[in-house]
Amino acid sequence: MPPEDPWAKLRQATRARIGLGRAGDAMKIGDVLDFQFAHAKARDAVHTMLDTAALRAALPGAIALHSEAPDRETYLRRPDLGRKLARDCLPLLSKSEYDAAIVIADGLSATAVMQNAVPVYEALTARLSGFKLTPPIIATQARVALGDDIGEALGVKLVAVLIGERPGLTVSDSLGIYLTYAPKRGTLDSARNCISNVHAHGGLSHGAAADMLAWLMREALRRGLTGVGLKEASGLTQDGAVSLVS
Amino acid sequence: MGNFSHVFRGETFRFPDLKTVLARASARRSGDELAGLAAASDAERVAARAVLADLPLKIFLEDPLIPYETDEVTRLIFDTHDHAAFRPVAHMTVGQFRDWLLSYEADSAALTALAPGLTPEMAAAASKLMRNQDLIAVARKCRVVKAFRNTVGLEGRLSSRLQPNHPTDDLKGIAASTLDGLLYGTGDAVIGINPATDSVQNCLSLLSMLDDLRTRYDIPTQTCVLTHVTNSIEVMNAGGAVDLVFQSIAGSQAANEGFGVNLSILREAYEASQSLKRGAIGQDTMYFETGQGAALSAGAHFGVDQQTIEARAYAVARAFSPLLVNTVVGFIGPEYLYDGKQIIRAGLEDHFCGKLLGISMGCDVCYTNHAEADQDDMDTLMTLLTAAGVNFVIAVPGADDVMLNYQSLSYHDVLYLRATFGARPAPEFEDWLEKMEMMDRHGRMRLPGPQNKAQNRLLLGEGQNAA
Repeated sequence: MPPEDPWAKLRQATRARIGLGRAGDAMKIGDVLDFQFAHAKARDAVHTMLDTAALRAALPGAIALHSEAPDRETYLRRPDLGRKLARDCLPLLSKSEYDAAIVIADGLSATAVMQNAVPVYEALTARLSGFKLTPPIIATQARVALGDDIGEALGVKLVAVLIGERPGLTVSDSLGIYLTYAPKRGTLDSARNCISNVHAHGGLSHGAAADMLAWLMREALRRGLTGVGLKEASGLTQDGAVSLVS
Repeated sequence: MGNFSHVFRGETFRFPDLKTVLARASARRSGDELAGLAAASDAERVAARAVLADLPLKIFLEDPLIPYETDEVTRLIFDTHDHAAFRPVAHMTVGQFRDWLLSYEADSAALTALAPGLTPEMAAAASKLMRNQDLIAVARKCRVVKAFRNTVGLEGRLSSRLQPNHPTDDLKGIAASTLDGLLYGTGDAVIGINPATDSVQNCLSLLSMLDDLRTRYDIPTQTCVLTHVTNSIEVMNAGGAVDLVFQSIAGSQAANEGFGVNLSILREAYEASQSLKRGAIGQDTMYFETGQGAALSAGAHFGVDQQTIEARAYAVARAFSPLLVNTVVGFIGPEYLYDGKQIIRAGLEDHFCGKLLGISMGCDVCYTNHAEADQDDMDTLMTLLTAAGVNFVIAVPGADDVMLNYQSLSYHDVLYLRATFGARPAPEFEDWLEKMEMMDRHGRMRLPGPQNKAQNRLLLGEGQNAA
């Protein structure tokens, strides 16, 4: 006799929705609703506004900036605008002798930022003694490359962008981190390093992400580069800098 | 070249060149707006269509959109154009051609004979003058049949790619998703994995697992690991079980360079796969994926709208008699196809252009979570495509691809399409489903559960094999 659910063992090998039942040819209502709930969570992650007030309360002295994309619809249609700092934000930034700026950016999942960005920021700063950091930056309607405009305006050697990744059905609150040396507009993605899948559902923990990022930041300063060259030196296995939010 | 202007009720619309006419005549989509190519108003869009309708079809043989000297895709299109096949429509305007395609004279035989006489730009131009129903009605008349271990594209048939992806390429996880899909009778187009790790070693182990599974159950289908074509060449050199060689392609030389390929690399891979002679009833060994927006995202569109340059990718495909070509229509994101309406239209256009040009066209009916689309839109598109006679669709467990993080069709959806249209799997595969007692005498896949003997057999076999 076969076991009651012959799929139970196979399900341990994959998150895929295998062994579903059927109502005629269709999915059963429970599976339909599971799927719709996961999709709804993913869409909410894309469309929820970043709670900048809460972030500023958690990060005293933070500077809030925004891209040239005025709203979410424009942001989704025009990735080029999400990469450019809005003109009216420039006076908020001035060049100084900082080593690095940490940018907390909404990207495609404000949920990911609200869940993960502050703990990663705090874990990171605790590991970066001796670093001269700018006040934390909060950026909305932002793509990864917005960090280039911000870093350039601040005159920093390094910019790290903590950004919400494109949500999937399984995980809708995953944070990605992009590190760029000598940021300036037009930097190629191959010149960045990426740490992805920072989340609480079997992803990279806040502490582990901060460890990795702190190491990358020190090495980037020492070697004067980020990107493919640094990735090879680090032995990191994560694919660098091919971003779904760039 | 020519005078690209039109007067509508006293209002004059002017266009500087042929590619601008095509771009402005295109149905609205975010990618053309992003590129700054789209019509500035709905009225201008219709005026561009009016200009296009009056242009002679042969203008596309005189005025290349991307220069012949600098683009090998243009050279391929011009150098392989069959003037004799083109003759029946050579005197027509684009508008007359659109009307002729819809006429009763343009039957399956006439369209098959015409295909080598058409360039992608002609197909794209006609599609811009067509409503969705026209795209369906004409595509339905086109028949493109290809074969490897089974036959794809016969009338009344709908094949499917079983896509058992896994985020870490876990062999047991992939096998589980594959068995699940087989129990829905999917996988006759191909059992095809997008690998999470794109290395030769990994491909070899995935291919060996798939080939073992296929031979163990004697499944009349083909398998594929969708790795880069240069990896496939290495895998073939290493003696790997390559049925189909896969590659993503686009409609300009520069965009293909962005994918790390050119026509000569594709030719090399094609010839290597032909020499293996692994097909049972045919030797169509190539599998290509495409999608509107690919050229623009590579900065290699040369001012050509995304639908027209997508059609040029089909000329690249056509040169290698592929078993399968599919547009991955909603994968690229909302900056190219914003919502369900744009994705649906694009899917129908791509299928129409591919079929008209004579390739075995399927579609990955899909979307991402940041597009304004949902399963209802996918229901609409898959239903329309099946009405249009699409050669195959792609299906994953529960419509959720856990590796690529997007939504395609579910295995269930394939059952719905077959039941609604009376469409059946490839004949050789259908015989196998019957022999395996997976399909009942009404042509329905047996319900899952302890009473399903095939399920018990497959799962038990797999359990023993994994142990």
